[in-house]
Amino acid sequence: MMNTQENLLIVTSSPHIHSANSVSLTMRDVLIALSPALLASLYFFRFAAVKVILTCVVAAIVSEIIAQKIMQREVTIDDGSAIVTGLLLAFCLPPTLPLWIAAIGSAVAIIIGKQLFGGLGNNIFNPALIGRAFLVASWPVAMTTWISPLDGVTTATPLGLLKEGVTQGLPTLNQLFLGNVGGCLGETSALALILGGLYLLYKGHIDWRIPFSYLGTVFVLTAITGTLNGEGSWYPLYHFLGGGLMLGAFFMATDWVTTPITKQGRIIFGLGCGLLTVIIRLMGGYPEGVCYSILLMNLVTPLIDRYTKARVFGGVKKHA
Amino acid sequence: MNTSTFKGGIHLPGYKEGTQGLPIVLAGIPDKIYLPVSQHIGAPCVPLVQVGDEVKKGQKIAEGKGFVTAPIHASVSGKVVAIEKKQHPGGNFVNCIVIENDYKEEWADTVKPNSHPEELSAEEIRKIIFEAGIVGLGGATFPAHVKLAPVEGKKADYILLNGVECEPYITADHRLMLEKPERIVAGLRYILKSTGCEQGIIAIEENKPDAIALFQKMLAKEKNIRVQALKEKYPQGSEKHLIYACTQREVPVGGLPLDAGVVVHNVGTAAAIADAVEEGIPLIQRIVTLSGDGVNKPTNYLVRLGTLFSSLIEESGGYSGDVEKIIAGGLMMGKTVFTAEIPVIKGSSGIVVLKKTGKEKEREYSCVRCAKCVDACPLFLEPTTLVKLAKRRLWEEAEQNNALSCIECGSCVFVCPARIPLVQYIRRAKQEIGALKAKAKSAGGKK
Repeated sequence: MMNTQENLLIVTSSPHIHSANSVSLTMRDVLIALSPALLASLYFFRFAAVKVILTCVVAAIVSEIIAQKIMQREVTIDDGSAIVTGLLLAFCLPPTLPLWIAAIGSAVAIIIGKQLFGGLGNNIFNPALIGRAFLVASWPVAMTTWISPLDGVTTATPLGLLKEGVTQGLPTLNQLFLGNVGGCLGETSALALILGGLYLLYKGHIDWRIPFSYLGTVFVLTAITGTLNGEGSWYPLYHFLGGGLMLGAFFMATDWVTTPITKQGRIIFGLGCGLLTVIIRLMGGYPEGVCYSILLMNLVTPLIDRYTKARVFGGVKKHA
Repeated sequence: MNTSTFKGGIHLPGYKEGTQGLPIVLAGIPDKIYLPVSQHIGAPCVPLVQVGDEVKKGQKIAEGKGFVTAPIHASVSGKVVAIEKKQHPGGNFVNCIVIENDYKEEWADTVKPNSHPEELSAEEIRKIIFEAGIVGLGGATFPAHVKLAPVEGKKADYILLNGVECEPYITADHRLMLEKPERIVAGLRYILKSTGCEQGIIAIEENKPDAIALFQKMLAKEKNIRVQALKEKYPQGSEKHLIYACTQREVPVGGLPLDAGVVVHNVGTAAAIADAVEEGIPLIQRIVTLSGDGVNKPTNYLVRLGTLFSSLIEESGGYSGDVEKIIAGGLMMGKTVFTAEIPVIKGSSGIVVLKKTGKEKEREYSCVRCAKCVDACPLFLEPTTLVKLAKRRLWEEAEQNNALSCIECGSCVFVCPARIPLVQYIRRAKQEIGALKAKAKSAGGKK
């Protein structure tokens, strides 16, 4: 008996125990974290939300399969990352976007944003944001046509109104917090996004350093400019809750692949995102700057990583 | 409890419930004993006996050349029946001295108690420890006398006894601390005397509150020996991290604990030192935890060195089902062996037998840069960066990224969601860096 068993012994490199962590479990948790925002978008934008979200997710999955088949890679849709990308892209699209444009956005996100770089783990930019940036550049009108929730009347986003200098009849902070305002599908409800973000923090999937430094920077800078311009205390909160900041800070700027791996680097990344967001919003041509600020910071992530390497235990800090 | 710890690391399941409450049992002494000539770090020993020789228990049967080595003693009395290559827990084949037990249990005449151990000088104690073949019993098997030898210009402020035992399943040191605390303290006193150091610390993880309480009570009136409770975290038992947790000192890269003013010994080593100094008994037995879900009766055994794993497994009621892995050592750093017909050696703190899980091996993804390995690494390395360099065979860059500092604790692999065997890649990088250095050295020598 002993001999037959011995023939079957497995020899492996240590360690011989593994945590339950896996890529697909993490993606599942990200989907769970996105579900409050998903429900909010379905509630506020009804069938328009269903159509855009389904289109984006299905197009992302199909693009991934086709791209991986053509590139003769293993098809890895079971890791769930394409679903997450599709959903995140849908969340930063207007509810009225023609579906074929949404589908192109997904295809660009997956094929150009991810697979051309070598697939999950090798992409430099956040794929969903690449998709969004491509659509904004290609169909600027369709990408900035907004409707107000529930009744579907054409409207502007809170930050759009602010940019135009409108001061009367702005949506209330309460509306911004709950999500009852015009805007992209998944970013109107700050409450739903914060709930999801807290879940990811609790599960240990994201590092608090990025959302906190990002949100903190935006808050501090808008509070300063608000005070200088004689605006009330509502002003920084408006920037806080009014656009894509929560979605960006909790779900886009925390993307594992495209953000720094060092702790110090993550703080710098968040600071940079916050600074760029405020500059674009207040001084740039767009009312919203979350998407481009994160993409720009994605670009400098390798540099940040290189200059924030930790000191080895028992060693002195080396200056790179 | 006032506990301290280090930065980084991971939380592991303990799996110690099965054996931590079980008293140490004397394992059956087998008919044949297999003693490999290399059971320590350093020069392998050369046999002093020949096939056909009669040997007595405790007789020196092999010794090595130089300073960093440890002699080997017969763990039974009997006859040398073979000197042959045999599988070693380290994975390779090593010359083994095979002794057929005559069950007379006759001690060699070199084994005699010291009537006045307290009168021994530091140098005499070190000589006894060397002659007794004592090595680090935590698993590192570094010859104990080497760590005690004085080094010009360096002085130990603390002697640390490592009673952390952070590997899952293993409870050998825990049981020793509960059952023979006085031997450990006695050993610590001899270590203190042999190094001229004044402060001793016994460091124990907080998951062993009974052992902590026992030592606190024993040492209540001691001025120069104290107990340090440590947080339960892996790899708390790593020498460098133990030193940091107890003294907040860091061992410099490439340096020795003595460079931080500390010398570390395992609690089991201290007990063995007490036996050698007071009773004159060389290292011929050790405590081994046999555990895991693949064995019927997990047990803490006191085992004669050279006993085969298979005979311990048989004594524990055999396998509990289809067995997949036998690990010499712990789950995190132990080595899997491909047969149970290998001997217990000086460094064998545990044997873990695991049943087939029936689970398929999970797919290895490409790195998703989650940085969980970076957060877990107790050396503050970037394991994922080292792996990427190793995959591209950029050994010099790997060295610049401190690959050689890796202690191969496996924390990064444990947390990796992409299931990348990071340690395996880093080990390869370390080997290649070592080979490059050796090459550079020999090239320099030729000039």
